[in-house]
Amino acid sequence: MEQFFFFLFAAGAVISALLVISRRNVMHCALFLVLTFFFVAAIFVLLKAEFLAAVQVLVYAGAIMVLFTFVIFLVHIPRTEKIRQTFRQKNLALALGLLLGLEVAYILYGTMAAPASLPAAAPVGAVGNTESFGVALFTRFLFPFEVVSVLLLAAMIGAIVLAKKEIDR
Amino acid sequence: MSAEVPLSYYLILGALLFIIGAVGVLTRRHALVILMSIELMLNAVNITLVAFSRMQGNLTGQVFSLFIIAVAAAEAAVGLAIVIVLFNSRETLNIDEINLMKW
Repeated sequence: MEQFFFFLFAAGAVISALLVISRRNVMHCALFLVLTFFFVAAIFVLLKAEFLAAVQVLVYAGAIMVLFTFVIFLVHIPRTEKIRQTFRQKNLALALGLLLGLEVAYILYGTMAAPASLPAAAPVGAVGNTESFGVALFTRFLFPFEVVSVLLLAAMIGAIVLAKKEIDR
Repeated sequence: MSAEVPLSYYLILGALLFIIGAVGVLTRRHALVILMSIELMLNAVNITLVAFSRMQGNLTGQVFSLFIIAVAAAEAAVGLAIVIVLFNSRETLNIDEINLMKW
């Protein structure tokens, strides 16, 4: 049963990811990217990471994709769909992608010897994923958490400054 | 739990998504699609980290994934602001035509 759902979600994620990089219309790319994010969230649920699945849907499929959609509406010019969508060096790029794939396959081949199946017990036990996640985040990883908050603040200020300069001009 | 999914399946899925994202970055020339491909690659890394976290039996990988999601949000905000500024000054998002640092 678990394998059936894994293959369902994995196939969905890979197919919609392929559509993201092959569709001509940017809006279609964005919508297929949302679909990919939902499939990845389902994979997180299979991995017993329920909190991350919720964050994935809220932050990626919610916030980031709304940002993308707004920018697409702001910068959309219909004639960009007519031009060729790929570089001239497309074949070289595909060859490089294949090379990367071979390297990753070689590394993964080494991991096949490792213990094949995941431990049956969830990493957290009875307390629940979200609670133990919060405890870990606010005790052991408190300092990185603060650093990330500063990073988000800097990104927010940077985005506002970049966009505001445009209005002043 | 009759049919467990082995760890390597998750790693293969993460690798596939990462390669698709890398090919997208290398082949497409619309700046927004390139940003989307980067998001795809970050997501693939998240899958790998969460799978390893499950294997190890602790939450470190999941916490790291949360940080990656936060960094991806910051990257998207700044990247899209740059895209808007770029579009307003150059009237194009074709990165073949955006080849100067200053104009």
